Amino acid sequence: MTDLAAAGTVMDSGEEISAWETIRRGAEISPELREGFWGTLALALLGTGGRVVVPIAVQQTLDRGLKGPHGVDVGFVVVMAAIAAAAMVLTGVASYLMTARLFTSAERGLATLRIKAFRHVHDLPLLTQNTERRGALVSRVTSDVDQVSQFLVFGGIIGIVSVGQVIVATLIMLVYSWQLTIVVWICFAPLFASLRYFQQRLSDSYAVVRRMVGSMLAAVSEPVVGAVVVRTHAIEGRTQARIDEAIAEYQAASTRAQGLTAFSFSLGGVSAGLANALVLVIGIWLGQGHLWAGHLTSGEVLAFAFLVTLFVSPVQMGTQVLTDAQNAIAGWRRVIGILDTPADLDDPGPGGVQLPHGPVSIEFDHVDFAYPGGPPVLRDVNERIEAGTRIAVVGETGSGKTTFAKILTRLMDPTSGRVRLAGHELRDISFTSLRRRVVLVPQEGFLFDSTLYANAIYGDLAASADDVRAAVTELGLADWLDGLPLGLETRVGQRGESLSAGERQLVALIRAHLADPDLLVLDEATSAVDPALEMRIGRALELLMSGRTSVTIAHRLSTAENADEVIVFDRGEVVQRGPHAALLAQGGVYGRLYDSWTAQQSV
Amino acid sequence: MSSLSASASTSGGDPGRATLRDGFAVLGVAVRREPWIFTVSTLGSVLFGALTVADAWVLGWSTNHVVLPAFHHGSTRAGLVLAVIGLFVGVALLRAVGIVARRLGAGVMQYRLQATYRREVTAQYLRLPMAWHQRHPTGQLLSNANADVEAAWAPIAPLPMAVGTVAMMVIAVVQMLVTDLRMAAVGLMVFPLVTLATLTYQHFSSPLFTRIQALRAELSEVAHESFDGAMVVKTLGRETEETERFAEKAVALRDLGIKVGRIRAFFDPMLEAIPSLGVLGVLGVGVWEIRHGLASPGAVVTIAYLLTIVAFPIRSIGWLLGEFPRSVVGFRRVSRVLDEPVETTYGQARLSDGPGGAGLDVSGLAFSYVAGQRLLADLSFTVEPGRTVAIVGETASGKSTLTTLLTRLVDPDAGVVRVDGTDLRDLAPGELAGQVALVPQSAFLFDDTVRDNVALGADVPDEDVWAALRTAQADGFVAALPHGLDSQLGERGTTLSGGQRQRLSLARALVRRPRLLILDDATSAVDPEVESRILAGMRSAANGSTMVLIAYRKATIGLADEVLFLDGGRIADRGSHAELLDRNPAYARLVNAYEHVEVAHD
Repeated sequence: MTDLAAAGTVMDSGEEISAWETIRRGAEISPELREGFWGTLALALLGTGGRVVVPIAVQQTLDRGLKGPHGVDVGFVVVMAAIAAAAMVLTGVASYLMTARLFTSAERGLATLRIKAFRHVHDLPLLTQNTERRGALVSRVTSDVDQVSQFLVFGGIIGIVSVGQVIVATLIMLVYSWQLTIVVWICFAPLFASLRYFQQRLSDSYAVVRRMVGSMLAAVSEPVVGAVVVRTHAIEGRTQARIDEAIAEYQAASTRAQGLTAFSFSLGGVSAGLANALVLVIGIWLGQGHLWAGHLTSGEVLAFAFLVTLFVSPVQMGTQVLTDAQNAIAGWRRVIGILDTPADLDDPGPGGVQLPHGPVSIEFDHVDFAYPGGPPVLRDVNERIEAGTRIAVVGETGSGKTTFAKILTRLMDPTSGRVRLAGHELRDISFTSLRRRVVLVPQEGFLFDSTLYANAIYGDLAASADDVRAAVTELGLADWLDGLPLGLETRVGQRGESLSAGERQLVALIRAHLADPDLLVLDEATSAVDPALEMRIGRALELLMSGRTSVTIAHRLSTAENADEVIVFDRGEVVQRGPHAALLAQGGVYGRLYDSWTAQQSV
Repeated sequence: MSSLSASASTSGGDPGRATLRDGFAVLGVAVRREPWIFTVSTLGSVLFGALTVADAWVLGWSTNHVVLPAFHHGSTRAGLVLAVIGLFVGVALLRAVGIVARRLGAGVMQYRLQATYRREVTAQYLRLPMAWHQRHPTGQLLSNANADVEAAWAPIAPLPMAVGTVAMMVIAVVQMLVTDLRMAAVGLMVFPLVTLATLTYQHFSSPLFTRIQALRAELSEVAHESFDGAMVVKTLGRETEETERFAEKAVALRDLGIKVGRIRAFFDPMLEAIPSLGVLGVLGVGVWEIRHGLASPGAVVTIAYLLTIVAFPIRSIGWLLGEFPRSVVGFRRVSRVLDEPVETTYGQARLSDGPGGAGLDVSGLAFSYVAGQRLLADLSFTVEPGRTVAIVGETASGKSTLTTLLTRLVDPDAGVVRVDGTDLRDLAPGELAGQVALVPQSAFLFDDTVRDNVALGADVPDEDVWAALRTAQADGFVAALPHGLDSQLGERGTTLSGGQRQRLSLARALVRRPRLLILDDATSAVDPEVESRILAGMRSAANGSTMVLIAYRKATIGLADEVLFLDGGRIADRGSHAELLDRNPAYARLVNAYEHVEVAHD
């Protein structure tokens, strides 16, 4: 735990992906979105057709059925009413099927996206200590995905219907007068042309909005996750101020985006007004034969004016959808951004090498490691550890011990050089096999908010309560477990915080023991338990690990004294190696560490 | 707020109707909170509605005065042509103003309400005691402040439009009634039918939305916890199991979403068809009336037209009502946090902030997490000002719990903790933190710079920050960071190791020069050499402050003037380290564990 992870992994924000690219990638990640898309589209067109027929039938009835040359034309009214009713039934059925299908594919697709993104977060390296911005990461698999799903199911329906309606309205307008149709389209041309500009501005402002959601969530998580610090330092005021700032920034960003949305939406109405006016005026000219041959009647001009309204409302709804789309796409991008962040550890998968059972030998061959852009943390490490040996790794803060452990367990890959376990290249071993045979117990034993039992069997999901109790006893922890009133059914609380730090470490050890690994790596795994218990566990582990390989990183040199061999790190290099007694005789770095240790013990 | 929860619980019967009533109650809260913006956006909406009707009037006027005469006479006056264009564009521009006012107004109102409630919820988080926080999962609390607040105010977006629609409907209804009672009666059937359909929709969808909202929170909880434990997940190769755990919630959410979709798919076309049916009904009656000379064709046109005008916007009321279930559930979840009584009470007493350490007096302290299972029982001790005391005890003997009692993160079941003779419960808010600092076992760092993480907003000169970092042996690595004190920590900044985090957390306490400093095994992740330098630095920098150390390491214990040996929930022994080693075999066994091995080996 002593390496300075300078750069770490920066999460891809996804903001540089274009809207179409986002949708394309989105559909690629969630193939469900494409399934049956054409069918849904066909239904949408069908529904749209029906939706346009009803008002036209009504208009025709009013125009010709009621005010016909011979008064009311009942036959015509009945025919029109029948057509309208049939269209309504058709629309109803088509729109039921379309909506249901759209919901199904959107929800299925987004569940897939969510799950893939969640999984990918776990495949990312070195996330472990970034507790501060976890809220932002959570928002990507929760609220960002919700945003997309809200859009796809509501915006998607309206969007498809609108486009269909614009097409159908245009076709019908063309039947009446192609000239006036062109006039209408020209009136809307500035709107369509400005869409691009507005979409870009909206896209930018919604990207800001989504980012602000992330930082707001992070700020909101401070009084929750950092509750102890906030209280003990009485910085409620400052914390609230930081939250208020994040909230205000989010509010300002949203309001700005909303202003832009409202303005761009209002433009459609202006185009519509212009279109209405010009249709009448030019319609008159056309009718009077001023332009081309006059063939329009007043009735046709008025009918056309009515058609314009059928054209306008879907255009407005469509622009609205495009606007919402920007917000959704901003969210979508952020989720895709997770998936686009390379998981720099590649699992060779089921085709990879399966580690054979039995003790594991370790080989480090010219291993170097540095964080991106950082100074070297490990330099030319060449070590061979025989199967079945107990190794202690010691060194000062920042000497590279933890990095060594992380590379050994493939939590990170070396910058250069090779690591072999039991003769197999570490990179070729399938993760499933690796994680079952090789177990690292980190310093902070994280527990899930469940029972002690559920946490213990995290190491072996098939373990029964008796297995767990046996493991506890083997580790010499039966007294401790008996002291818990609810035993294995004890709830450990969030992050295990109902237990003490030492107890959390005990659970982590029980887990590791149940996992029954061939190579056990302990990184300061008992730093928070009392010395007597630590020694007891140490002795128990010694027995349990006999015949297996173990690597123990420890500040307390008592561990080193019991190991078969000690490897001493200093400034990223292995400077000494050998049994405790031999190293002590050599002096050097180990001698200095040992002196400091005994000086502390002699108090 | 409480009235809302009350009405929800007493309504029993029809959940749809209860949701409707509660939904309106939430809207009432919103309007009371933001009356002005609501007024502006509603006026905008009414303007929009009025101009929609005006549009029809302009079309009628143009038809009668321009189009028909033009076709009749074959000529048009330029002035009239300009009037047509002017009228249409003028109405359109005014309508645009209405739209902007309505939509921007709705947005401003919605975001202001969200911001207000987020502030209130987080303020409540800051007020509520630790015990409450321990009872509630992080994911749930985050969900309350985010998704639930959002859900609560979701109906604000369609609200102004719905109100404008109601205004338009009233105009339309009056006009219909004036035009022809019989046709109006048929046309007006549309309204109860739409209402009925909407209520039925609510009846079926409301429980689903409740479940969805809860599932969202559960999903967020799983994600939060799983990312928190990423290291364990990775080291034990449990990614697949974790993904399954998350997928279980995601799939449940998906299935509910699909179910909601089916219900919506059924009701949407119905809501759309009802107005059209109304128009057909009006036509039927209209034809009959015209044939019997009871109405003119014009009357039929007017009524049919009015119905078409309100047909589309009427759905905005459906949208508004459609948001109700989600909104009511969200509001209820938020209210549950806001209505939580804040149990911690404060007094008025202040501590003297003179030089020197604070005196600590603990008497008869008892505490238990599980009723009947006492962790601490009748614990009493005093620490004279300026003294350093080490508390030593086995793993899980209650040491950390004791630190939370000393800093009043929790209140004891019985007994009193006094600082300088004052019961902690009598101290004014913030008073204790000004004098007493706790460095907890696991360090929490803010997503902020190093300086701000140490100073925590206090006005501290850089020299003091560096001095504190030096004592905590953190100056070296901080100076090596790319931007020194201004280096950003957190997601987009530097990641620190456990030991480095502990040292920053220690510097945070030291910079405040507390009169009582409590270290809860706060250097466990620091290696012995660095730790001994820290301890040596603290010994000289402590300038008279009182220290309580929770420790296992003998070097740490050695720093203490006195050792309290905690065993069985009470102080089993106290004295100097040497004395205890001498006379207390249990103590010796505990702290000398490392040496025994040495002896065994040598």
